[in-house]
Amino acid sequence: MTDLTSLTIAQAKAGLASKSFTSLELTDAHLSAIEAARALNAFVLETPDQARAMARKADADIARGDGGPLAGIPLGIKDLFATRDVRTTACSKILGNFVPPYESTVTSQLWRDGAVMLGKLNNDEFAMGSSNETSCFGPVVNPWRREGSNTTLVPGGSSGGSASAVAALLCMGATATDTGGSIRQPAAFTATVGIKPTYGRCSRWGIVAFASSLDQAGPIARTTRDAAILMRSMAGHDPKDTTSVDRPVPDYEAAIGKSVKGMKIGIPKEYRLDGMPAEIEKLWTEGAAWLKAAGAELVEVSLPHTKYALPAYYIVAPAEASSNLARYDGVRYGLRVPGRSIGEMYENTRAEGFGPEVRRRVMIGTYVLSAGYYDAYYLRAQKVRTLIKKDFEDCFAKGVNAILTPATPSAAFGIGEKGADPVEMYLNDIFTVTVNMAGLPGIAIPAGKDSQGLPLGLQLIGRPFDEETLFSLGEVIEQEAGRFTPAKWW
Amino acid sequence: MSVDAATVRRIAHLARIAVTEPEIPHLQGELNAMLAFVEQLSEVNVEGVEPMTSVTPMEMKKRADVVNDGEIADDVVRNAPETQDHFFLVPKVVE
Repeated sequence: MTDLTSLTIAQAKAGLASKSFTSLELTDAHLSAIEAARALNAFVLETPDQARAMARKADADIARGDGGPLAGIPLGIKDLFATRDVRTTACSKILGNFVPPYESTVTSQLWRDGAVMLGKLNNDEFAMGSSNETSCFGPVVNPWRREGSNTTLVPGGSSGGSASAVAALLCMGATATDTGGSIRQPAAFTATVGIKPTYGRCSRWGIVAFASSLDQAGPIARTTRDAAILMRSMAGHDPKDTTSVDRPVPDYEAAIGKSVKGMKIGIPKEYRLDGMPAEIEKLWTEGAAWLKAAGAELVEVSLPHTKYALPAYYIVAPAEASSNLARYDGVRYGLRVPGRSIGEMYENTRAEGFGPEVRRRVMIGTYVLSAGYYDAYYLRAQKVRTLIKKDFEDCFAKGVNAILTPATPSAAFGIGEKGADPVEMYLNDIFTVTVNMAGLPGIAIPAGKDSQGLPLGLQLIGRPFDEETLFSLGEVIEQEAGRFTPAKWW
Repeated sequence: MSVDAATVRRIAHLARIAVTEPEIPHLQGELNAMLAFVEQLSEVNVEGVEPMTSVTPMEMKKRADVVNDGEIADDVVRNAPETQDHFFLVPKVVE
């Protein structure tokens, strides 16, 4: 039954509907795969009993003919999503053994539609990182390796567990979150499809907060169609999140295979970086040629404030994080380290509970919000953010339907290879962070491999709430590039 | 702009994170590297530009001022490190 894990969600749905196999069989196949892949460290908590119970219920629903759109499909859940009665830690020591008495809106919608939870997936601590190396559970290993090499590579981050598990066939799809590139960069590093929807499309309620004006949930899957199927269940208005948008959720899957003829695709010249690897440049040109061959029109566009997106992000995101993470004080939940006074208790708890990257960001955020520095840093960054968004608006106003860029400036790198200089790590998000700053949807699609056999991805950026166009264009790239699966070594 | 050791101590205190003296030089270096990186924002002309407050243009939603939840004190305190009779316990703050 092992090949059940290599099915796509669309194929598994068909197989379940035609009774070729049961959800319990499908779920068991994935549970065995997870057990055999512990070396990847993708899961921080396996929930086999719950998975089997959910699978049995899905099988009964399917038998009765009232299975939901995801009935019986086994998924992995990033440990940033609160799951009722199942430990949720954001991969931080400070949340210790936090067991939420509530369920995040996004995951509750997946269960409403019949999906099965296999367990909780590793991520960078509080989603702060681009390599999944800041997790308190240790780094995740990318199932991809360089040709002829045993070097272990990072899967990207922060949704590294999600990307690694989906690529290694441990789950059919996974939830993820994206604040500066945390869905799209790991998707690109593992040859999976990841979409960050428009800000407000998915509810943030019950997701551990990092930077509230940038955070969005989205799926990671193995095909564009699977990502579209998951998106439909994850999206939707939620009165519990005031930034969630009240507009109907389209049938995203219907956008797959739709003609892209006549669409205008912007190629932003500012994304052509000095010293960009020739392979990335080639992939980008190739992707543009595929879209052109499918009938789209390519236009050069300018997004003049692109280079300021990353520095502005590293003011806005830490500022919001410092405020959001103030709640971890050792009083209401999580770790407590005693002190002689309440103040000392707070300070000891937070020193012990936060890892170095989180501490650094909370401190920089505190600084840029502090008296005398607020205007120079935070207010200026928010003004630059307005300019970044305006760049995109100007571009869309000229009739551009979507923008094509590389997803990352390089392929996956080795564990421990980067990080001595934090800024070097931050540069991973150079192509993805603009999208969060402008609140736009962005999708990463596997598009090729580098000379060492590692996957590379392309990114498509869309108009607000036009995820459908991204799915249509993404499908064109997927059809041309084909799918990429890592050779099993674990 | 860059921060000195005294500022690092002040930020750590504002952020309520205990730092030890030997950690200060390293933290100072990291914070200054980040500040040097964001320094390039000073070359952007932001004259007359509105700071962003909401990335998606939307009217602020208000919910009805009604009680729609409650009676879940057990759930509220269930994850707390120390509680007594549904109260959170903290070190003594008033002598």
